[in-house]
Amino acid sequence: LCAAVLLKDTKLMDVKLGQLPTWLAMRDFTPGGILGGLRRGYDRYYNKYINVRKGGLGGISMLLAGYVVISYIWSYSHIKHDRRRKYH
Amino acid sequence: MNLSFFDQFTSPCLMGIPLILISMLFPTLLLPTQTNRWITNRMSTLQLWLASMVTKQLLLPLNKPGHKWALILISLMIFLMTINLLGLLPYTFTPTTQLSMNMALALPLWLATVLLGLRNQPTTSLAHLLPEGTPTPLIPILIMIETISLMIRPMALGVRLTANLTAGHLLIQLISTTAITLLPIMPTVSILTTTILLLLTILEVAVAMIQAYVFILLLSLYLQENI
Repeated sequence: LCAAVLLKDTKLMDVKLGQLPTWLAMRDFTPGGILGGLRRGYDRYYNKYINVRKGGLGGISMLLAGYVVISYIWSYSHIKHDRRRKYH
Repeated sequence: MNLSFFDQFTSPCLMGIPLILISMLFPTLLLPTQTNRWITNRMSTLQLWLASMVTKQLLLPLNKPGHKWALILISLMIFLMTINLLGLLPYTFTPTTQLSMNMALALPLWLATVLLGLRNQPTTSLAHLLPEGTPTPLIPILIMIETISLMIRPMALGVRLTANLTAGHLLIQLISTTAITLLPIMPTVSILTTTILLLLTILEVAVAMIQAYVFILLLSLYLQENI
């Protein structure tokens, strides 16, 4: 009949809700696997927004905005002491 | 107390994991990767144009053996420039405000130029310690002075970069605190302060790029003397 796609190879959006735990268990959570996942994610972003012939300001601005947000999250525990301080 | 003004320079840590490595590696995300295309994306083209313009300018006075240093000098300059400019975004951390990092960059490179000179052409590089045409009685003192100025070069390189960036960031924080605190009290003065802040930010962008360039320029100058 039809060649069913293996559960291991389906994308996240195509996984049925009941199959989610199985799908998660089959993912590669080794350091090499995580690095590979990050690399693939970054390549998808890069090829969609930056690696185009007439890329605009938006592609790199999203990257910088994400960097600012992440830096805020990292320094939050330090900054929260400044909220009610009278003299800075 | 005023302690919080210097908190922006503390090395960021998340549950004990130093995050400075991520701040130093982030510029790699912004620099072009190798492809086998002839016409690359706009970002690559722009950065390549900038890099070639700077390379041609910088390597003009260097002789043939000095051209071997092109890769490390230009990549260091791009590294420093991106790090400095990224530090101007809100909430980000600038690794070049840490003296440790700048000395780690300046000292080995300066030492490399000195050792290269002493190894390949010892007479010429020692001759640089005495400027031409000095009166004879002054020679001993001048040699001592020139030696001291030679020894102080790595310190100057590292501290110059650190001090410029630290001072700039501190000024931005101080003036923005003034502007915000004065807003309910004296709005006119607050608007004046905001104008000053705008000018200062433009200056900081310029300083970020210029300091990186000066670092590399001085290194190439030291290289010219010794290679």
